[in-house]
This record gives sequence, structure tokens and C-alpha cells, in this order.
Amino acid sequence: MSSILGISAFYHDSAACILIDGKIIAAAQEERFTRKKHDPNYPHNAIEFVLKYANLKLSEVDQIVFFEKPFLKFERLLETYVAFAPKGFVSFAKAMPLWIKEKLFQKNLLFNKLKKHDENYKSDENIFFSDHHLSHAASAFFPSPFDEAVILTADGVGEWATTTVAVGKNETLEIKKEIHFPHSLGLLYSAFTYYTGFKVNSGEYKLMGLAPYGNPIYEDKIKSKLIDIKEDGSFHLDQSYFNYATGLTMTNKKFENLFGQKVRNPQYEKLTQFHMDIAASIQKVTEEIMIKLANSIREEYGIRNLCLAGGVALNCVANGKILREKIFDNIWIQPAAGDAGGSLGAALALWHIDQGNKRLVNLKDDMKGSYLGAEYNQEEIERELKAAGANFETLKYEELIEKTSEFLSNEKAIGWFQGRMEFGPRALGGRSILGDPRSDKMQKNLNLKVKYRESFRPFAPSILREDLPKWFELNVDSPYMLLVANINSDKKIEMTVEQRKLFGIDKLNIKRSEIPAVTHIDYSARIQTVTKDTNVRYYDLISKFKEKTGCPVIVNTSFNVRGEPIVNTPTDAFNCFMGTELDYLVIGDCILDKLKQNPKLKKDYTKEFELD
Amino acid sequence: MFDFIKEFYLFLKIRKKYWLLPIIIVLFLFGGLIILTQGSAVAPFIYTIF
Repeated sequence: MSSILGISAFYHDSAACILIDGKIIAAAQEERFTRKKHDPNYPHNAIEFVLKYANLKLSEVDQIVFFEKPFLKFERLLETYVAFAPKGFVSFAKAMPLWIKEKLFQKNLLFNKLKKHDENYKSDENIFFSDHHLSHAASAFFPSPFDEAVILTADGVGEWATTTVAVGKNETLEIKKEIHFPHSLGLLYSAFTYYTGFKVNSGEYKLMGLAPYGNPIYEDKIKSKLIDIKEDGSFHLDQSYFNYATGLTMTNKKFENLFGQKVRNPQYEKLTQFHMDIAASIQKVTEEIMIKLANSIREEYGIRNLCLAGGVALNCVANGKILREKIFDNIWIQPAAGDAGGSLGAALALWHIDQGNKRLVNLKDDMKGSYLGAEYNQEEIERELKAAGANFETLKYEELIEKTSEFLSNEKAIGWFQGRMEFGPRALGGRSILGDPRSDKMQKNLNLKVKYRESFRPFAPSILREDLPKWFELNVDSPYMLLVANINSDKKIEMTVEQRKLFGIDKLNIKRSEIPAVTHIDYSARIQTVTKDTNVRYYDLISKFKEKTGCPVIVNTSFNVRGEPIVNTPTDAFNCFMGTELDYLVIGDCILDKLKQNPKLKKDYTKEFELD
Repeated sequence: MFDFIKEFYLFLKIRKKYWLLPIIIVLFLFGGLIILTQGSAVAPFIYTIF
């Protein structure tokens, strides 16, 4: 038996993963344990969890691999400061002490932290370092159902690379070309995230969700001033508009002057049509680059399969467009496409590329539906619920599914906690909040009363795989909610002339389809397909809901409030349930009715977490 | 520390980035100086150097 522990940490989304004989056994993000969103610290709890799940002590692990190379990153920092000098001195003075004191000695730092897991772990000789984008590429290719694929990774920045193209065949994977810092599609998108007043590294989703409310009227300005896009999709950013390479902000005064408004301060400035138009414009430019890149690599390598990873691969709207363009026959996207997935990719790269172990392609799903996190048995759930003071009833399986589907069809908001936790940013029916998509009020209610987040944000549908083509313009698996497609025209409710004239957020209240809660204002939806193979309970629940209502779709959003990491334990779930206006909590075989809970256990959850 | 120097030397050699060495040495010298002189005492010391 051979085991590899993969670690990603110290930037954002720390995570750990364990492989045994090349098989993915467990993976988890540190934020779920520490309850601190995007926690960048050493993933002590995540490592403890994966070791426990694999029944291993750290001293029994054969290799440990970190997802990137700190020396290369340091080289990039120094060269960037030299290139931009004397600009950037403040940033240099802030960054260097940290590097000289700590980050440069990451092997030593890791070794000291690792020793705390097991006193018998005594040598750092089994610690290895992967390359940031190689880790992303490996996380996208090795678990994919393809024996050969071209892999496109794009994110903010790793060591030097911001975008890479690799070719994978069986157990080999080779990076063919790279675009280097400071020219970065991820950082360009993040610059606009910052400009529109959202948090960098977490608000990119909001910008994407905001885009359909606007018109891309700034597209030409972006393309003529900020970015030079070549026919093959490669690009060059005009650094005179940005401040991220040497400064402490993403954009500068020249950027503000170009668009005519200052950076939005979210504390007292509301989103306006201007911000929506900006969002629509940068989304369109991003899609154009991704499609051009996809076209050029399809032509250059002649391979029919595409794998995607890196933070930009979480832009499911762009992914959906690549799919619709039919550039590749098949597309597979790593569900933990951000840095958390780097832990997994680093481990897989070590196993296949460095150690040359044969790869058996799994046509079903090597990621196990991304259900790779912690799970709790019925006894543990009941023990935790009792300790929390919960009033619950335990039901038989059929009864549980029957009752939950009944509540759903009565427009109740339900917390759904079942099986293993998901790895990656999406809740996929393991730690989800569920609702009835047919309800007119559901999107607004869930956003404002349950999730405490901005009302413009869309919700995603989970749909039985076999019913997918009857409802959406899509007929491929999308188990990780990473593809966006439009609802079928026979389910659409076309806008009236008056409705068409409405601007931006006013469009939110228009009923857009038979399932308005999951239809965005441009008739699109971020789809999760559900099959019996990966999640029986979830499949049975949606099937029962379909039996009752004729609708094989339910609303699925992550089980958390704004700024909170997705719930991890039954206690987290109960706390979130009591702090929000969720009506029921279904956890293992237990059902909790809000009306039957001790009102003293209710808490003000709105201020519990820092807003993202 | 010896392992670190060895690894860092190999890194510079493989990457052919010897030109970074003077910057790194200066950074480490000043870093060490700040640690040795405990921060606050370093300012007058630096002034006398320049």
C-alpha cells in the first residue's frame, strides 16, 4: 500500500487530500473546520481528517506533497519588483520581511507543523513540491474519464504561470505552453471584481451573477485599452491601468478615469446599472478569450477532449459557452478547480508523473461525485443534536423522503445534511439548502431571509439526469454544477414589451419560466445533474418531488449564510438552522421542525460571519 | 540552514538566475541586522552606514 498526502495552503483555500494506491480517498478544505471562509492557514484540521479517514498516522504516509514551489514564487516576486522599480517599494517592504522570515523556509515550516500530527514523524525527506499549474492540470486530467485530453488551466497566478496548456495521455502529462504574470485572465477578472466593490478571491461569483443584468457596453473599451487579445486567445494586459503587480490594490486612478467612476465602496454605495454593464462587459471579454483559447488548442493538438481547472474554470458561464460552441467533443471540469484542488492535483501528479504509476481510466467518476469530506453516522448525528438541545424525530428512509418532498412541494426551505461533505466550493446535495423552484417567491426569500445575501444572486437547479434535455438546452452530465445552459423554450415565459424595457435589478421580479427560482434573468441556469450512482438519497428525494409535482428539478444552494463556510458537522447545521428562517432540517434520518424547537436556542446569525 | 542554502543554490543554478543572488544576500544581511538589533535600534545604525 502506498499513500500520498497532498497539501495546499498559505494563499487562500487551504486543503488536504489523501491518495492510497493512486485512489482518491478523502479531501477537505480547512475553512469547513475552522469556520473561517477561504482560510489560508496551514490545514491542520483537514490533514487530521484525511489521515483519520484513511486510518493512517502521518509517520505511515509515504510521501507528502505541497501544491506549489515557494522558491519560484519568490523569484517571480523579486523579478517583478526589479522590473517595476522604484514603483512598488511599499509593497516590497511589506512582502519581504514575511518571505525572509517564513515563506522562503516553507519546507521547514511545513515540517514543523507536520510534526505536531505525529511525534514519530521525524524526517522531512518525504516532503516534495509540485508546480502550481501542474497541480491544477493534474487535478483536471487524472480524475477525468479521458485517456487523452488537452488541459487548459487559468487562474490569478501561481509561480509565474497564469494560464497553461498541457497535454495528458494515460499517466503522462506535459505542460506545452504558458502565459506568465503579470498577464493574467484571473487577475483581470479580479480587478473588475475589486472595481465593482466585491471582495477579490471570493466575489468573482457575484460579478458573474451580476453580468446578465447589464449590457456589455464597455467591451470595446476593455479590448482597446486594457487587454490585447490575439487570435489564438493569448493576451497582453496594459499594466499602466493596474496596480496588482506592485501595489496594494488591484486597479489604479488611470483605470477609474477610463470608465469614469471610482471603485465602488460596498458600505455605502449601491450597485447601479453602471456596475452591471461593467460586469456584463468583462464577462463577455472573458468568454471571448476562453473560446479563442479553446479553438486554438483544439486545432493545434487535434485532441477531442478538454479538461479545465484553475479559478477561471469556476466561471461556469464561460464553460457553458465553450460547450455550446462544440469546439471539443467532451469537456470535464475539476469540481475543486480553485487552489483547494491543488492539493489533489499535486498528489496525483506525484503518483502518476513522478512515480510513473499506471492510470486506469474510470469512465464513471473518479472524484466520487466530489463527496470526499467528512460523514457522520446516525448515532453520531443524534448525539450531536441532543447535545445541541434539538428537538427531532427519527424516521424510516421511505418516510423521510416522502415527508421531505412534501415539505418541498409546500414551498418550505429545507436544510439537507446527508452523507459525505463536498470537496470544492459547490454544495451538491450533501450540505445543501433546498427549495421548490416553481415558487415565485423562493429566490427572494432564500436570498434575503435564509442566506442573508444580495437579492440579485441566482440559485442553481438540481435535476434528474434523465430529465435534463426535457428542461434545459443541454444533454451532457454536469454533476458538479459547472456548466450553464438556457432553459428550454417551451418552459420559458417570454417577457412583455413593458418588462423588456425594465432595467437591471427591476427585472428580478419578472416570472421568467415554469421554474423561476432557478432561472436567471437571461433564462440561464447553473445546472447540477443527479444520478443514482453518486447520490442515492438526493436522487430519491428529487424523484419523489417529481412524482408529487411533475417537476424533476429542485433549488440547491450551499448550506450556509453569506460569509460562512458550508456547514461541516451536525452542530454547524443546527446552528445555521436556528440562525436563519429555514423551516426544516433533514439530517441523516432525523427531521427537525423549526416550530418545535426551543425558541431560546434561536440566535442572531446575521452578524456571526464577516460578509464576503 | 545548510540544507536550505544548498537547495536555494541548486534552484538558482537550475533556473540560471545567479543575478538574483546579490539582491538576496542584501535582503538577508538587512534581515539579519534587523533581527540582531531588535528593530527599533536599527534606524540610527542604517544612517551611519549610508
